[in-house]
Amino acid sequence: MESTTSNGGRAFSRRWVLGAGATTLVAAGTAGLTACGSSGGSGGGGALTAFVYGDDAAKIQVAAIDRFNSSAAAKKAKGKIKLEKVPGSEYPAKLRTAMGSPNAPDIFFNWGGGSIKAYRDAKQLVDLTDTITSDPVLKSGFLPSVITAGGIGGHNYGIPMRGMQPVILFYNKSLFAERKLQPPTTWDQLLDINTKLKKAGITPFALGGSDIWPELMWLEYLVDRIGGPQVFDRIKNGDASGWGDPAVLKAAQTVKQLIDDGAFGKGFNSVAYTNGGAPAVFAKGKAAMHLMGSWEYSTQLGKFPDFARKSLGWTAFPTIEGGAGDIRNVVGNPTNYWSINARTSNKDAALAFLRDCASETYAKALIANGDIPTTTNAESLLDASPNPEFAKFQYKMVQNAPAFTLSWDQAVDPNVSTPMLTEVNKLFVGKSTPSQFVSALQGLK
Amino acid sequence: MTIGTTKGGSRTGTGRPRRGTGANAGRPHAALALPGVLFFLFFAAVPMVLAFCLSFTEWNGLGNPRPAGLANWRKLFDDDRLTQSLTVTVLLTVVSWAFQTVVSMLLGVWAAGRQRNRAILSAIFFVPFLLSSTAISLLFYALLDPNFGIIHGDTLGSTNGAFLAIVFVGGWQFIPFHTLIYQGGARQIPEVLYQAAAIDGAGRYRRFFSITLPQLRNTATTSGVLMVVGSLTYFETVLILTQGGPGTDTAILPYLMYEAGFKSYDFGYASAIASFLVVAATALSLLLVRLSGFGTMRSTREGM
Repeated sequence: MESTTSNGGRAFSRRWVLGAGATTLVAAGTAGLTACGSSGGSGGGGALTAFVYGDDAAKIQVAAIDRFNSSAAAKKAKGKIKLEKVPGSEYPAKLRTAMGSPNAPDIFFNWGGGSIKAYRDAKQLVDLTDTITSDPVLKSGFLPSVITAGGIGGHNYGIPMRGMQPVILFYNKSLFAERKLQPPTTWDQLLDINTKLKKAGITPFALGGSDIWPELMWLEYLVDRIGGPQVFDRIKNGDASGWGDPAVLKAAQTVKQLIDDGAFGKGFNSVAYTNGGAPAVFAKGKAAMHLMGSWEYSTQLGKFPDFARKSLGWTAFPTIEGGAGDIRNVVGNPTNYWSINARTSNKDAALAFLRDCASETYAKALIANGDIPTTTNAESLLDASPNPEFAKFQYKMVQNAPAFTLSWDQAVDPNVSTPMLTEVNKLFVGKSTPSQFVSALQGLK
Repeated sequence: MTIGTTKGGSRTGTGRPRRGTGANAGRPHAALALPGVLFFLFFAAVPMVLAFCLSFTEWNGLGNPRPAGLANWRKLFDDDRLTQSLTVTVLLTVVSWAFQTVVSMLLGVWAAGRQRNRAILSAIFFVPFLLSSTAISLLFYALLDPNFGIIHGDTLGSTNGAFLAIVFVGGWQFIPFHTLIYQGGARQIPEVLYQAAAIDGAGRYRRFFSITLPQLRNTATTSGVLMVVGSLTYFETVLILTQGGPGTDTAILPYLMYEAGFKSYDFGYASAIASFLVVAATALSLLLVRLSGFGTMRSTREGM
């Protein structure tokens, strides 16, 4: 900078500067346009863009879109769909950026609830409530609890498009059999098992504390079992004073007791789920139980196939004496959803594509991949699953659930869920007491 | 942008002979700086100004930013997390600087020797610097697992443990680089000084403290500035290793900014933190230039 002003500030001609500046501008502009072009805008050609979370399971969506593009429904609606796979960890931020730009996707993958609230508030979503009620394929096609769980304030903005992911209490069957233990159905039984396991030098529960969201699962289930699903329902609908419910405090105290009793072992805050630490502790018998989403089964099958096939057991989260929550209530991610951008150029084509998610072909593809579809037709197809026993347990669990509470971090807006996860972490590392935890959460809005 | 730079450069080539004047002979034409200046304007100055403007708005990334006046700035200066974050950032900078300087100076002076084993070992030491910091952080994240890792304790769950882990991982990555700087610095020290000291009967330690250390003053300044600036951007290490935890105990300023922007989508507040970070970093580098400028006024070869 300095050399320009002191040495040659007046030395070079104005025309020169303008010329060089313009060249640079044009070059930068061209680069910018090229970048936009490659990301595939919705304009031109009539093809709709769909964003999907780019993990292994996205191959099912790839196949579904190929099928749709060559189907009669696509021809009738005069639309084709182009899929863009967005790498997983970047998905929410990339979607947010794209939705704020002119190159927004027409159809996009999401988690329902809080993950789409900002888009709803910005009037960027097509309200699907009436479409679902008036369309028999969609209305009777999916489990009602799953459709409801992804909505906001009684309105639906998404169609279920992946497998269900309830949180399940997994346990080591061989280890339980060796010590003549039964999986717990009440909290007292759970505490009793804890004592016996600790005596034998086994950590009762594996917990990947450094990821924080596995810690959240404990609070989600405890609050449900103590106070019932309506406690979090109130919070989800924007009432921060709902955190003041005695059930939240009781749940936090219960967590504190578990930690103090060593139920999660000593170093659980340095253990991660995502890098395989917690699954390994569980699979190697160092810990006897693991509260985790249903994907734990496929994780174990990938990393420790012997353990997954022979020793992995599953059960519902136990009830708590005097608590209001039903043992059949479930927490977790009901599924993922497709939502439609309100600014789409061809809403009919988008809707036609979403209808395919209720089809038997789509459900079969999910099952073949080890997922459990949330469609009503899935039950009869589950025998084709890689593990029919686990698949049926999961399906029944969700089908019979009086309430399916969406994971808290997905259910509330990101600007609430981020500080909420920080507070959860503080509780688990002992930086805040249960009552400090409650008052901190009440301060979130 | 590469295209832009090349084009600008070629224009400079045609422009120079036409403008060649006696006064400027021997010095490159100022226009040569133009591509660089434009690059800086587009990718540093303009975004910086935009971020500053954004800090007076409320924006979640959708629709148009709404003016919010000074709300974000008020929130920033009322935020307990900012105070904590500043403390952690300063502490991390100071501790990293001390750790890296001591180790890399010793290693660098050792590696300055001409023995073949030292040459081979210093080539091996340099390897960590070639790895990406994300890969290094993921590696140590796995190594710090209390059940299968190297330390059977709750490293990342305790405030000191998590802090020291960040200092160590940062050091592990950057010490090789600073070792190289010190190696170069130590090799430039004239051999005569040591020969004279040897005649005077100075031992190995006396020679280190009376010759090597003072002669490395300028090297220490250079490497120190790089360390301080580097530790202000330790972002990936924190993101992967601790996510600012336990609780909020290792949330340095860049992480706080990331969390506000890309986790909570509060871009207004994130911009306020970013603007604050720019001011703080500028103040810090001015301070360092002042201090180090004072140091370079005096020659290290005085009396030679």
